[in-house]
Amino acid sequence: MNLALRDIRHNLGRFVLTCLGLSLLLGLVLSMIGIYRGLVEEALSLSRTPRADLWVVEAGKRGPFAESSRIPGDTREVIASLSRVAAAGSLTYQSVEALRSGGKLRLYVVGYEPGRPGGPENVTAGRTMGRSHYEMLADVKSGLVLGEQVRLGRNVFTVVGLTRDQVSSGGDPVAYLMLQDAQRLQFELEPPVARREAERGAPPATTDVVNAVVARVAPGTAPGQLVEAVGRWKHLTALSQSAQEDVLTKSVVDKSRRQIGLFTVILLAVSSVIIALILYTMTMDKVREIATLKLIGAPDATIIGLIIQEAVAMAVIGFSLGALLINLAKDFFPRRVILLPGDGLALAVVVLVLCVLASGMGVRLALKIEPAVALGG
Amino acid sequence: MAASITTPPLVDIQNLSKSFGQGDGRVDALKHIDLQVYAGQVVGLLGPSGSGKSTLLNVIGCILEPSSGRVALDGQVVYDGRWLQKDLRRLRLDRIGFIFQFHNLLPFLNVLENVAVVLEIAGAGTGPARQRALELLQYLQVEHRREVMPSSLSGGEAQRVAIARALANRPRIILADEPTAALDSERAGVVMDLLRKVAAEQGAAVLVVTHDEKIFDRFDQMFYLRDGMLADIDGPHTRSKDVAERR
Ligand SMILES: Nc1ncnc2c1ncn2[C@@H]1O[C@H](COP(=O)(O)OP(=O)(O)O)[C@@H](O)[C@H]1O
Ligand SMILES: [Mg+2]
Repeated sequence: MNLALRDIRHNLGRFVLTCLGLSLLLGLVLSMIGIYRGLVEEALSLSRTPRADLWVVEAGKRGPFAESSRIPGDTREVIASLSRVAAAGSLTYQSVEALRSGGKLRLYVVGYEPGRPGGPENVTAGRTMGRSHYEMLADVKSGLVLGEQVRLGRNVFTVVGLTRDQVSSGGDPVAYLMLQDAQRLQFELEPPVARREAERGAPPATTDVVNAVVARVAPGTAPGQLVEAVGRWKHLTALSQSAQEDVLTKSVVDKSRRQIGLFTVILLAVSSVIIALILYTMTMDKVREIATLKLIGAPDATIIGLIIQEAVAMAVIGFSLGALLINLAKDFFPRRVILLPGDGLALAVVVLVLCVLASGMGVRLALKIEPAVALGG
Repeated sequence: MAASITTPPLVDIQNLSKSFGQGDGRVDALKHIDLQVYAGQVVGLLGPSGSGKSTLLNVIGCILEPSSGRVALDGQVVYDGRWLQKDLRRLRLDRIGFIFQFHNLLPFLNVLENVAVVLEIAGAGTGPARQRALELLQYLQVEHRREVMPSSLSGGEAQRVAIARALANRPRIILADEPTAALDSERAGVVMDLLRKVAAEQGAAVLVVTHDEKIFDRFDQMFYLRDGMLADIDGPHTRSKDVAERR
């Protein structure tokens, strides 16, 4: 006969309520981990979209995301002509604000060359970018719909396709434009002084400036070899894809990661205190029953089993409910929440261990109860 | 009952003392008690409130540690200046059945489970435990309430379930602390007859603490406690009817 199960059934309402509370707490912990994963994923998504091996940026810069980078538009041809490069494409990046139905819409505009590395592989709705001007691919997060027209700078762009999971490290949805459109937009939105200078013929004399060139290397080539080769040009620096991702995680998301990490640890600490308190009071409420069990001759194993089994039941139910809850809620978060099975499993183990440890307090109390307590009126 | 005189007592208490607290607050609850209860005997323990009746019963049940003296149960010395048995709970489980004024049923188990649980703790399988529990409930005429939770039992029903539980492991020593205090005289009589039946059929020693004059005629022998000291009201194995007549 399982005493824990029967005790739970007897106090079902209270047990369910306790599990519900615990599940909210654990759901919170899970969502923090999910937010962290989402943050890293979002920060890296832009750098991963081109599926590049190599990033070529302005000399000495760790661009184009962590630092600004401006290089001549013909860099792509130079890089593409290197013997071990399979394909290369130019890219521009900039944040813009567009007006949309009374409100402001922040977009992270990426200019790329359709047919070359840099754009999204596929769209979830509509079509990919054609060769004509003033077309736009927008991330669904922007709220834009197919066929919608958006004014950016002096021109009006038409949404021809929608993408998914394309956001900047700041969480702004990405809009893809054809490279020349994006370059013109960059020029238009520059400060008037710089623009006048540029119009008077001062350098840069051309709008043909890009922020980075991405390249895919020929099969069997290590990106490291090309990083060196590109570095010989004084005005360029190359980073391998892994170096780029490193820069992104270190400089862009590192603080947020530590912030969220610390918060998660605090949440876990709070959870353990609460779990311990719950288990302790659950035992306190059973003092008389435990004394009776001792009186009729139940060994300590029976009593410890009762407490630990209830703790484990609470952990399992609380965690499962929390995981369910956060799975249902995750799409309502403004930024991505990524729940990895591994993270869930790790938290489940942590919670289980916490519960068993926390029940130690209750167990100690239970072992100290004198059987004579059962005799008091 | 003549046979019981020649066999060793099931409960054998010698020079037992028990005090609570120390210094000024010290209470000598039991003073140099000698007491023997034999198989088949139903013994009454009387005395005013605070005289030490419960303390004596709890010491015999190995719930309280004596201060000094010697306690032997079922031929085995359990206490002699210190506990001699490591596993007192196992001893209680196998040899002693408790019945209390407050029935002490586990509130989260139904009637049948409350009885079966002591059998399972003692090592019986689920099936045999249920079977025996059911038999006991039938014996005590509460089997129709087997699925009910203790909170919805009447006082008499709860007490009978508690007795069923006390009898479950066929203990040779049955200790009852005011078992009839919450019952009317008819029910009290039924409970006492039942204890007599168990003593006779199982050869158990039954020790009953009570204030309840209604049941005095059910005892083979009665002891009187005052200020922690024991006095024998009448000679051993006198029929309790005589006691009632003399009073
Ligand atoms: N746990 C205890 N701590 C201190 N004193 C106690 C305790 N239990 C009983 N006593 C004292 O011992 C004496 C005998 O108590 P008890 O055996 O309960 O009497 P009875 O059952 O005859 O009413 C009383 O004076 C009581 O106050
Ligand atoms: Mg008492």
